Amino acid sequence: MGRGAEPHVMAASRVYKTEAIVLKHLNSGEADRIVVLYTPNLGKLRALVRGARKPRSKLGGHVEPLVQCSLVVARGRNLDTVTQSQAVDSFASIRGSLWLTAQGLYLVELVDAFTADNMENYPLYKLLLDALRQLQKGKWSDVLLRRFELQLLGTVGYRPQLRQCLNCQRPVAPVENCFSASGGGVLCAECAHTEPVVQPISVDALKVLRLLQGSDYASAVRLCLSPGLSREVERLVQGNIRYLLERELRSTHFLDRLRREGAAVS
Amino acid sequence: MALHGRSEFVAEPVARLIAELSRLPGIGPKTAARLTYHLLRMPEGHARSLAEAIMAVKEKIVLCSRCQNLSDTNPCSICQKPERDSRTVCVVEEPLDILALERTGKYGGMYHVLHGVLSPLEGIGPDDLKIGELLARLKDGGVEEIILATNPSLEGEATAMYLHRLLSPLGIRLTSLARGLPVGGDLEYADDVTLARALEGRREM
Repeated sequence: MGRGAEPHVMAASRVYKTEAIVLKHLNSGEADRIVVLYTPNLGKLRALVRGARKPRSKLGGHVEPLVQCSLVVARGRNLDTVTQSQAVDSFASIRGSLWLTAQGLYLVELVDAFTADNMENYPLYKLLLDALRQLQKGKWSDVLLRRFELQLLGTVGYRPQLRQCLNCQRPVAPVENCFSASGGGVLCAECAHTEPVVQPISVDALKVLRLLQGSDYASAVRLCLSPGLSREVERLVQGNIRYLLERELRSTHFLDRLRREGAAVS
Repeated sequence: MALHGRSEFVAEPVARLIAELSRLPGIGPKTAARLTYHLLRMPEGHARSLAEAIMAVKEKIVLCSRCQNLSDTNPCSICQKPERDSRTVCVVEEPLDILALERTGKYGGMYHVLHGVLSPLEGIGPDDLKIGELLARLKDGGVEEIILATNPSLEGEATAMYLHRLLSPLGIRLTSLARGLPVGGDLEYADDVTLARALEGRREM
């Protein structure tokens, strides 16, 4: 660039529009709420909704958690403020079911945990939106949940390597191998010692993980797993998630409790 | 404990009071300093009154063993009143909700305070609320209707659904407050869940 030539900088507009899925809300002050949003093009955002807790709030009902909404947001010095909101899809069937609500909250907690503010990730937004639509139709199962988890890991850069050994890079044989949460993939028996966090993985479980990693809903929905296989796959995927996040997700406690109390409705 | 600004210019008791007041929600260092200087100028009797009122609240307020409301007597004044209808129990999230309902003058039954709401994302589960106490109380019998009066938020609705599942086997009539349009509200701005429920709950004029 020549001396004196400066790039023309467009001032960011004071107000912007975005579609969003509300991940969660926090109370602020007397009647306000801060909402955490996941957007198609702006990534994760936080914004203030003034007076959200008042009964007559024009905005409040449209920015409840698990709602897909269309927003107008004004930029603020510290925090942006929602000035207009319109629910696009309130996913009423999800909110009308305790089990579906709990599942929905697990999905948004996962998205919240794996994303940083302001980083665009359209595939992740689409994954979440599609999942909420499936939940809304009542067409949900543990298999679809595993698919969501695996594909989420893929969109945020933690796609497990399932075809070649992490260490020697040879294609893994159809025998019992090892899965490593620390390495993020599969290891052949000879290389199992190369990673600190390793578990055995059966042939079928590896097949299931590979299938779910690349599948669409139609193929995943047709999958029927035995309870033992289902548990193995759950252990492996959730173990991987726990390792990456270095903590438990809070909503899993509630889901486990509902399952124990017989409230799980597939 | 963070002390107010240039602490070498502020006497220690003053700095200490500012620090203590700053602990309260919504009170930053500047507000705390303003309040402190106001208290300094106030007659001593008023300041002593305030200090005693604060201690009284902490020492004398307990949870009513029946309804879990904040009270200075056990059972609380509402639970003690013989003219209250003990066949109906209205379950609310917080003690302030009781105040709001009592202001209507339209409810003469009993209450039960959960002291919170189920929030899986914050790790608040059924054991963190006064649900066990509710079950224990219902075991004694005599209750014919339970009104679930949690807030119409996602968490409030989830709590109501959880309680509904938990309490249905008891055979007690379970009702919830009507959902719909608030007075002074605008149809145009109402969200579709609210409108759908308002339509469902329409009544003869």
